[in-house]
Amino acid sequence: MNDYAIDDSVDITDVVCPVTFVKAKVAIDEMEDGQILSIRMNDGEPAQNVPRSIKDEGHRILRLKDNEDGTYSLIVQKRGD
Amino acid sequence: MGTDYASLKKGGFMRQKQRDNFSARLKVVGGNLTSEQLLAISSVAKKYGDGHVHLTSRQGVEIPFIKLGDIEAVKRELGEGGVSIGVCGPRVRTVTACQGADICPSGCIETHSLAEEISNRYFGRELPHKFKFGVTGCTNNCLKAEENDLGIKGGMTVELSPEDCIACGVCVKACGEGAISMADGGIKLDESKCNYCGRCVKACPNDACRGEPGYIVSFGGSFGNRIAKGETLTPPIRDRQTLFKIADAALDFFAAHASPGERLRPAIERAGWGVFKSSVEAALHE
Repeated sequence: MNDYAIDDSVDITDVVCPVTFVKAKVAIDEMEDGQILSIRMNDGEPAQNVPRSIKDEGHRILRLKDNEDGTYSLIVQKRGD
Repeated sequence: MGTDYASLKKGGFMRQKQRDNFSARLKVVGGNLTSEQLLAISSVAKKYGDGHVHLTSRQGVEIPFIKLGDIEAVKRELGEGGVSIGVCGPRVRTVTACQGADICPSGCIETHSLAEEISNRYFGRELPHKFKFGVTGCTNNCLKAEENDLGIKGGMTVELSPEDCIACGVCVKACGEGAISMADGGIKLDESKCNYCGRCVKACPNDACRGEPGYIVSFGGSFGNRIAKGETLTPPIRDRQTLFKIADAALDFFAAHASPGERLRPAIERAGWGVFKSSVEAALHE
């Protein structure tokens, strides 16, 4: 279920807080409104906190998918100001 | 005539080891000072102290090295700058607070206005021993509510609205207690595991996790000679009126049951936690 057409993806498993959010934000900023980004992040603190930070930026969270390899993918639709 | 050190201490001037020198404790509520107040404090510290101030462990400010003969002038000049003198000794002390929901993204309750309200109501009230209030905005507990005689911690009572759930799974991860699970495409909350942190509410992208802010109250904390964590005896309190009813009850209990020089915790232990809990519950159901 909920298979979205992903326009772009970014991997933030190689950075730690707060760079996780910054890297994700930069990736979203480079997209057009309405496009869908997949953000791959580590389980634990990133999976707990990054979705909320992206929501607080005003973007639309569609899904947090368990990749079953210790990472999650957050599917986000960009929303402009 | 000898110097009345007790009344100086009560009035916020603490005797230093250096003879006839006093550390002036200022009244600070919830850790906030205006820039004008800071200028007045700076000027007094320069003119009457030795040019430095001390930040206390409970968000207070003290100006050391005030001379006995300058105390009245210090009070007057601070007063003109909008700064009041604090208190020490057996009474309600500085009310501490984190920045709370007004400023902090994690905050569940407005802490500053609550600290002001507590301070206006109780600050300086005479009691058998010191009594400390602390207010923290959420269960991250930056202000360490449970180390106070009466601690208040913001939380959220969560209700799920399954029809708004898009089954994204964000809340399941956001919850640190494993209280939310996803089954058959819908979310379920195990209320027995919920710690009222409100993370699911803040993380949910579609308003399916709804939170009512409330106050998680703890009693009998102390972090001095004896270290003990305050105990929570009631479910989260939903409104300030009820909160003040139980705070009144706790202070009245303390005034009635504690021996001079005894903190709330040992007073509760002598009377029995059951007795104390009954008086809190009676206030709750008033």
